[in-house]
Amino acid sequence: MSPVSSAIEITDLTVAYKEKPVLWDVDLSVPAGVLMGIVGPNGAGKTTLIKAVLGLVKPSAGQVLIHGRPYAEQRRIVAYVPQRGSVDWDFPTNALDVVMMGRYGALGWIRRPGKRERELAQEALAKVGMADFADRQISQLSGGQQQRVFLARALVQDAQVYFMDEPFQGVDATTERAIVALLQDLRAAGKTVVVVHHDLQTVSEYFDWVTLLNVRKIASGPVAEAFTEANLRQTYGGRIAFLSNVPSAGVRPQAFASGE
Amino acid sequence: MDLVQLLQSVVFDYTLRTVTLGAALLGVVSGAFGAFAVLRRQSMLGDAMSHAALPGIALAFLLTGSKETSVLMAGAAVAAWLGALLALGIVRSSRVKSDSALGLSLSVFFGLGLMLLTFIQKQPNANQAGLDKFLFGQAAALLERDVLAMAAFGLPALLLLLLFWKEFKLLSFDPEYAASLGLRVRLLDVLLTSLLVIAIVIGLQTVGVVLMSALLVAPAAAARQWTDRLGTMVALSAGFGALAGISGSLISSLVPRLPTGPTIVLCVSSLVLVSLLFGARRGLVWAWLGPRRTAVAA
Repeated sequence: MSPVSSAIEITDLTVAYKEKPVLWDVDLSVPAGVLMGIVGPNGAGKTTLIKAVLGLVKPSAGQVLIHGRPYAEQRRIVAYVPQRGSVDWDFPTNALDVVMMGRYGALGWIRRPGKRERELAQEALAKVGMADFADRQISQLSGGQQQRVFLARALVQDAQVYFMDEPFQGVDATTERAIVALLQDLRAAGKTVVVVHHDLQTVSEYFDWVTLLNVRKIASGPVAEAFTEANLRQTYGGRIAFLSNVPSAGVRPQAFASGE
Repeated sequence: MDLVQLLQSVVFDYTLRTVTLGAALLGVVSGAFGAFAVLRRQSMLGDAMSHAALPGIALAFLLTGSKETSVLMAGAAVAAWLGALLALGIVRSSRVKSDSALGLSLSVFFGLGLMLLTFIQKQPNANQAGLDKFLFGQAAALLERDVLAMAAFGLPALLLLLLFWKEFKLLSFDPEYAASLGLRVRLLDVLLTSLLVIAIVIGLQTVGVVLMSALLVAPAAAARQWTDRLGTMVALSAGFGALAGISGSLISSLVPRLPTGPTIVLCVSSLVLVSLLFGARRGLVWAWLGPRRTAVAA
């Protein structure tokens, strides 16, 4: 096998819901060890892209390789953080229990989580600043705390590649800082992290790699190269005006202004 | 009849013993699987599948001419599954939402069942009597071998629930994440739904297709008021189901002509009422008593 430098290799990926294309012919190559943000307007297919990579939605065409092999063979090195709103937080369980779910794949059929899983889960909760909330019923957690529980659940998967769907959505400042610190830790450990993100202002600050998506892939690459005004305009249409067009200084878009 | 006499007759009276045992067994199984149905927001599915079982019972009788419990139960199970699949098919191929699709499926199957039942009753064959007991249940007609049949399906179902506990738990909480981990989500879904069908079929003879869903939903709703742990909730739900089954059978044995199935349902409804009012976690009474009481409780 040739030296595989890309963690994720997507070729010709097309996904359609009832004939309507959600993703169209996406080619994407993500080098190992980068922190990548995926940005694009609502309905651009950001979540669908992640779900297609994880095999949760069936693509009409295309291929996805994780470190050179199909996802089904690489599950053990991939971790997933779904959108917080995708589950019912009134489910009768506590934070520690949810985090332990991250070990279910490694445990395999029937085997129950035990002392080791409990310790791993406790450790992961500590890493996201939630050590004191292990026994807390999950509906009693704030939105940000719930998000951190989901991150801890992905951490115990001990993966190489992480996919996170809108982890910054509606979280408090403490959680935002905790997530940023966690992303830095993951990068320092050589992991690849892909984050669906909606806040354009923080892209340059949080990520070193970016993909702009609107059904098609508009651009992908190092933030300094790909996160340009021209690319953003192409991604979002005329709906965004920019105060600054110096990419390296951080693009400051105004979401409410339309036209120039 | 005083309490001692009542207990004596539970032990020595064949009918009462059989009925009580059957109702308790049914309560445990439907309570346990009902808890998962409620958590997965599938209470309506349980209701639709119970009603959909009726034409299966009638057709099984028409095709085989047998009133053997196992034959009728098999017919009920197949029809319940078909009812669920019909609803699923409607959702997938149209814009009808799942609650309406389940309603449609329920009424079509139940209507068909009533029609077949009427048809059967008009036949000259003397063997036909008694099928209508599946409408509201007729616990008094339970035989020992019926209870054995209930146990033969119910106990393995409970065993499977314990065996695949962590899988069912994750399936109920976060099915997409489960799929991303490589769990066979579709297979688990079919398995858990099949176990729910078993719980329903077990109960049909005792409480009937119309009231069966109460035994799925009510114990779970009551149990949820007392705990925030899945294991405790399922155990409590099974316990409440058994309690309702036993108390319903005993009460109906004390009062002449009191039907067992509806009595069981009223018992489980009382458990829900008490739990809603006094449940440790969310009891309305504690909320009404105000923040002072809550502070003490916390």
